[in-house]
Amino acid sequence: MLSRVAETLYWMARYVERAENVARIINVNTHLLLDLPRGVAPGWEPLIAIIGAQGPFQERYTECSERAVLLYLVGDADNPGSILSCLHRARENCRTIRDIVPREGWELINELYLFAKDSVEEGVSKRGRHAFLKRILLGSQTIAGMLAGAMNRDKGYHFLFMGRMLERADMSTRIIDVRSENLLPQEAGDTHPFDNIQWMSVLKSMTAYQMYRRSMQVRVRRVEVLRFLLQSEQFPRAFRYCIGSVEESLAALPRNEPALRIIGRLKRTVMGADQFEALDQAALHAFLDGLQLGLIELHETLANAYFLPREEAVAA
Amino acid sequence: MADHSQMQLQSLAPAAPGSVPGSECLDPLRLGLEHYDARNSWDELIAPSGEPHPHAQDLVRALAAMDTAELAARQTAAELAIKEMGVTFTVYSEKDGAIDRAWPFDIIPRIIARSEWERIEAGLKQRVRALNRFIDDLYHDQTIVADGVFPAELLADSANFRPQCRWVDPPFGIWAHICGSDLVRDADGTVYVLEDNLRVPSGVSYMLENRLVTKRVFPELFENYAPLPVDDYPSQLFDTLAALSPRPAEYPEVVVLTPGIYNSAYFEHAYLAQQMGCELVEGRDLVVCEDDCVYMRTVDGLQRVDVIYRRIDDLFLDPEAFRPDSALGVNGLLRAWKAGNVALANAPGAGVADDKVVYAFVPDIIKYYLGEEAIIPNVPTFRCLYAEEREHVLANLDSLVVKPANESGGYGMLMGPQASPAERERFAELIRRNPRNYIAQPVLNLSTVPTVVEGRVEPRHLDLRPFILSADHMHVTMGGLTRVAMRKGSLVVNSSQGGGSKDTWIVAD
Repeated sequence: MLSRVAETLYWMARYVERAENVARIINVNTHLLLDLPRGVAPGWEPLIAIIGAQGPFQERYTECSERAVLLYLVGDADNPGSILSCLHRARENCRTIRDIVPREGWELINELYLFAKDSVEEGVSKRGRHAFLKRILLGSQTIAGMLAGAMNRDKGYHFLFMGRMLERADMSTRIIDVRSENLLPQEAGDTHPFDNIQWMSVLKSMTAYQMYRRSMQVRVRRVEVLRFLLQSEQFPRAFRYCIGSVEESLAALPRNEPALRIIGRLKRTVMGADQFEALDQAALHAFLDGLQLGLIELHETLANAYFLPREEAVAA
Repeated sequence: MADHSQMQLQSLAPAAPGSVPGSECLDPLRLGLEHYDARNSWDELIAPSGEPHPHAQDLVRALAAMDTAELAARQTAAELAIKEMGVTFTVYSEKDGAIDRAWPFDIIPRIIARSEWERIEAGLKQRVRALNRFIDDLYHDQTIVADGVFPAELLADSANFRPQCRWVDPPFGIWAHICGSDLVRDADGTVYVLEDNLRVPSGVSYMLENRLVTKRVFPELFENYAPLPVDDYPSQLFDTLAALSPRPAEYPEVVVLTPGIYNSAYFEHAYLAQQMGCELVEGRDLVVCEDDCVYMRTVDGLQRVDVIYRRIDDLFLDPEAFRPDSALGVNGLLRAWKAGNVALANAPGAGVADDKVVYAFVPDIIKYYLGEEAIIPNVPTFRCLYAEEREHVLANLDSLVVKPANESGGYGMLMGPQASPAERERFAELIRRNPRNYIAQPVLNLSTVPTVVEGRVEPRHLDLRPFILSADHMHVTMGGLTRVAMRKGSLVVNSSQGGGSKDTWIVAD
């Protein structure tokens, strides 16, 4: 397997997964705003924070209005994290390896990109948004399913899979980080009915609500949600599950020791954090930051071991 | 999408009774075949009398039995199949970047009788054999120059002669392993070679895909005809390339080197790599190490490469040897090739035999090296280098096409009959100033073939590009890529300029 091809597969999967995750956070925020009482609702700014784009966003937009944020996240070609940009990059990556990716996979990615490109306005509008986001979610799930069902489990597939799982682990920590801040003023007793709506929204943004119910059998509470989303070895969007998957794929590759060591450390860190009750928001933030830094280190280790030397690397 | 076109194809198949070749209910009126005028040019399927050539009878009958709706349905089915199979070519524009366009294809095959083809095949082999001897000679002792057959000043002027390649000995003395020669037929039926592409000829993937499409949309024709197969090309190509390996005892690592996705022939590069089961690499995937061997960077580390089917022009191949600003190439590649540690196909410098002035000497080249007359003639060509031929050109500029030596794609050409007197005067001046750089040819009336145009069948001009492989043995494709000018009267067959293509059948007489 050529290093360039491995890297391209890895990024292609990351971008498809990223597009899906951006669609998820928009979706859940839309619902959250409808459910929470006026004045309590967090607005749209947190979404910009989730993807870590406050700076670039402020350079381009004067206010954090719904429309501005949606435009930025759905169809802004200058935002590398927008759904459109992610799909564009996924497509450009896929285009260079059309001899590796099953033809149907390329067609699906191409179609989804063309759909997103032609539907930015619907995606931004209140009325068309739901259908748009649903199509993005379904589209990226279909791509993942098609590739899972049609590709040899060779090195190429392992790189694709690692890209998807690393991206997912990364986005899970971001969503938790931004969405775990208590939205409700502690003293206001009448907000109680809304208390678990916030945590439900976190779960739903990761399609985790039903699985949480099945495996945790407790009401939706901060501590259990954090435990589920970070430590579950069964739920496929949980951080622990994601890095476990990376580990399994990595096992099939040569020269994997440095990356395996990082994963071992990340696993210990995330499973060792028993006292989520004791973690206040600041401590949780620092904890999640640590996980994200670990993911960055993991990516760099993979890149050093398997991808083209930096100066010749595929433009990511 | 797949299901839809599947259905479309199935629903076409039962329509066979009305369209079985040989059926009696012929109604040529429906397709406009009765207006089909094959008298203006040589037509590949229909004789001037209006009757089909003997080898084309079954096809023409089948066409005549179709109505416009069925013809249109089949053309649509073909277009769907092409879309679904993802057969594209890339057009690059400033505005939209690289765009994949569906490959333009006409469903009516172009048919050549086997007896005629065998002569053409022999002629192509003869030609490429001589051209390879010529290239090898130019990079060694230059006997052809010493013997006064090929003028030294033309060699000195050649834009494609690479002094860096002098005294290199590629395996079998072969430099042009893959050659695409363009053939045309004039009004009297004579087939000529129009040019030889010895650098990085493209189009063969479309030849292969065209056959697949025809099988899908005209399956019943294959009951009467058994066109000679073309689909062994990828394995023939692989064998040709593998034969060049510097490590013949082991299983050679053959790769296809592409400039990347923005190249108009990228589809073909990916296609051939896939069909041969080879890696498709870019320059940055390869590295030449201290041992002067070429390696590719893989997730398992560096892996030795034996043969590179390069689809990058000479000058971009190796920044160390040629253009230092090339981002497509591999530093040290020429060094590795000269050391005999890697094979390059085509060899660097093979393009020296691929210019329009050299073309004019090919009949002499064949005679010089092989002692034979050319089996397929050149288009009559006047070489302005020689005073007598130059005077003829200058006196007849209004009826000739004038071409500069080293331009391709129709650049810097004079189309005498269409040109204004001022343009002709300008060219006369150019020729007088630099006669060596110009050749002139009469305007050919290219042959035509029935082509679907808005649901009817009309004559359109065409050419043919067969591909000739050379290494330890030679192989010529059975037919080649037929390109057809879709605009009425046009002679431009290039796909980026509105040209289409057809399946090409070599059939028993």
